[in-house]
Amino acid sequence: MPELAAQRPSVALFIPCYVDQLAPEVGLATATVLERLGCEVGFDAGQTCCGQPFVTSGARREAVRLARAHVERFAGADAVVCPSASCVATVRRRYADLIGEARAWRLASRTFELGEFIVSRLGTSDVGACFPHRVALLESCHGLRELELGRASERLDPEPSRIGVTETLLRGVSGLELRPVSRRDECCGFGGAFSFGFPELSARIGRDKLRALSESGAEYVTGTDVSCLLHLEGLRAREGFGPRAIHLAEILASGAGR
Amino acid sequence: MLPDGERRSAHDAAVFNLREKRDQAGRAEPDFERLREHARALKAHALDHLDLLLERFEENASRAGAVVHWAEDAPALNRIVHQLLESRGARRVVKSKSMLTEECGLNPYLESRGVEVVDTDLGERIVQLASEPPSHIIMPAIHRSREDIGALFHRELDVPPGETDPVRLTEAARRHLRSCFLGADAAITGANFAVAESGTLVVVTNEGNADLGMSLPGLHVACLGLEKLIPGLADLAVLLRLLARSATGQPISVYTSLVNGPRPGAELHIVLVDNGRTRLLADERHRRALGCIRCGACLNTCPVYRRAGGHAYGFAIPGPIGLVLAPALGGTEEQRGLPLASTLCGSCTAVCPVKIDLHEQLISWRASDVPRGLRERLLSRFAAACLSSPALYALAGLALRAAWPVLSRRWPGNPAGPWLASRELPTHPGASFRARWRDRVRGAGP
Repeated sequence: MPELAAQRPSVALFIPCYVDQLAPEVGLATATVLERLGCEVGFDAGQTCCGQPFVTSGARREAVRLARAHVERFAGADAVVCPSASCVATVRRRYADLIGEARAWRLASRTFELGEFIVSRLGTSDVGACFPHRVALLESCHGLRELELGRASERLDPEPSRIGVTETLLRGVSGLELRPVSRRDECCGFGGAFSFGFPELSARIGRDKLRALSESGAEYVTGTDVSCLLHLEGLRAREGFGPRAIHLAEILASGAGR
Repeated sequence: MLPDGERRSAHDAAVFNLREKRDQAGRAEPDFERLREHARALKAHALDHLDLLLERFEENASRAGAVVHWAEDAPALNRIVHQLLESRGARRVVKSKSMLTEECGLNPYLESRGVEVVDTDLGERIVQLASEPPSHIIMPAIHRSREDIGALFHRELDVPPGETDPVRLTEAARRHLRSCFLGADAAITGANFAVAESGTLVVVTNEGNADLGMSLPGLHVACLGLEKLIPGLADLAVLLRLLARSATGQPISVYTSLVNGPRPGAELHIVLVDNGRTRLLADERHRRALGCIRCGACLNTCPVYRRAGGHAYGFAIPGPIGLVLAPALGGTEEQRGLPLASTLCGSCTAVCPVKIDLHEQLISWRASDVPRGLRERLLSRFAAACLSSPALYALAGLALRAAWPVLSRRWPGNPAGPWLASRELPTHPGASFRARWRDRVRGAGP
């Protein structure tokens, strides 16, 4: 039925370099979930990196170069969806400063984190997933404070507390038990270049996070950023305690579907 | 940096407790977020009109009987203060906490010239007796335990050995400080705000020590940075409502003193200090950091500060605001590199009562002023070259896959060494996403 097919939202996958190289299953799960929700999913193999590592380490010239390439690559897309909140934050919050072009602004308004796209664009919070486990949410900083995927604990306005999109989606997963974590939105300590520049501090913050997650009684920790999860998983492997890391996309893709 | 273990955990808990008190106090004040927005706007306005405010302040403060001095940098401040003390034969000085005088190294300067300086804020006095700098801008001794302080007071103030009761320790400090106040020839204080329309200095404390200093000796020297200027008393009302709530969760500090000119028969000198501030003011991208009201909320929420402690920074002001001010007000190469010491989690930006975009400022400083080595510059150029071309990127992916088993092991010179110091690298998945996507598309095709 070509009329129906024409109405399917067309989505361009933005698979960050480190997801491509180190966590391909997260990219595949992203595609699976979107297809299950009726999207036409495409992947342009010419994409590489949004430039985030260069932005945050201060290599501005290089960042501009990669940002231009990224804009060029995705300029024609209706919607760009990415399983990494920090990479989306780079496009949305940094590109205008790096390359002040209308195309960069346009792309910023069309680039979404996966969960955000599902809830606010596709308008659903039930993806038909099933994941019968105790799960803790790692509210990663860029998703929380730069994309406002949830409500940061620092916000004090008396507005009735909204539930963030990530939590909304997890509550819709059948069998999943969401466990509360103390200091729920404290940074895990990864911080990109910070984890290499200040490895001991990065690990201290991470171990405290791992302990809080572990005390929540969760079997799994999930989040919107593969990077934070790899950092926690690396600490778990060294320390021998804590919940296993699993990306939001993998939870949403689990189960038989609708 | 704080050693790992009990002491670090205690520091983390004590400091995070302040953050939680801030949250409670802010929630109890229905206008809190609107106050923040108001404060941001009024500080921006004050910085935009700083030249006028300074002139008006000097005029009004002088009319009230104060003598206003201008210090271009730290040596100038130290010289002015020393000359004032020397010309009046003042040998014993009580000082009330001023981060500016820490920044300018006033204490060692005066001490080397035979002036005895006693810091009278309890926390300040503790770190002074221990011969170390403050580790927090409003809780200078927060890194020290009661046991530490008991041992220190036993050594310095004749407190019985093994004393750890905060009430008795405070009592001992109070007795000791009372004699310092009574014997002082002069008082040096900072100021939280300076009101241009009235020439008023505003000094906020919880212990009243600044008030004793200002009320007893015949000479009061107030040292403040240029950025402390605000237009009027109505603006003060906004900022005072935010300051204590953001700092300690108190609705207002115990003592808020407004000083308009000297007491009868006494002298008031006000030293307005630049020390890099006009340079920062001229920098469009970073000037709003001057809006800081020194509440310490960004320190209290910062995951890095809480684990590292204030002494790890090597700059008078630690924490996120210190990272942002260090490249502008500090001089050393190490201080210019401080913007790197953050995970960019953004919690500092979210708590700042005057809405300074601290983590964005850090990103901006990293791009403009952080000294970077040749190796690092070449590495980022090489990485960017690999990532700019899909073909080179694919090649680099292959190379990475081949090198992964070697990178995952610990050996000297391993570029993954810092990561491996406390974490394992993940197991390499073998095929990249794009390879598996290709297979998937082929498999799904006809």
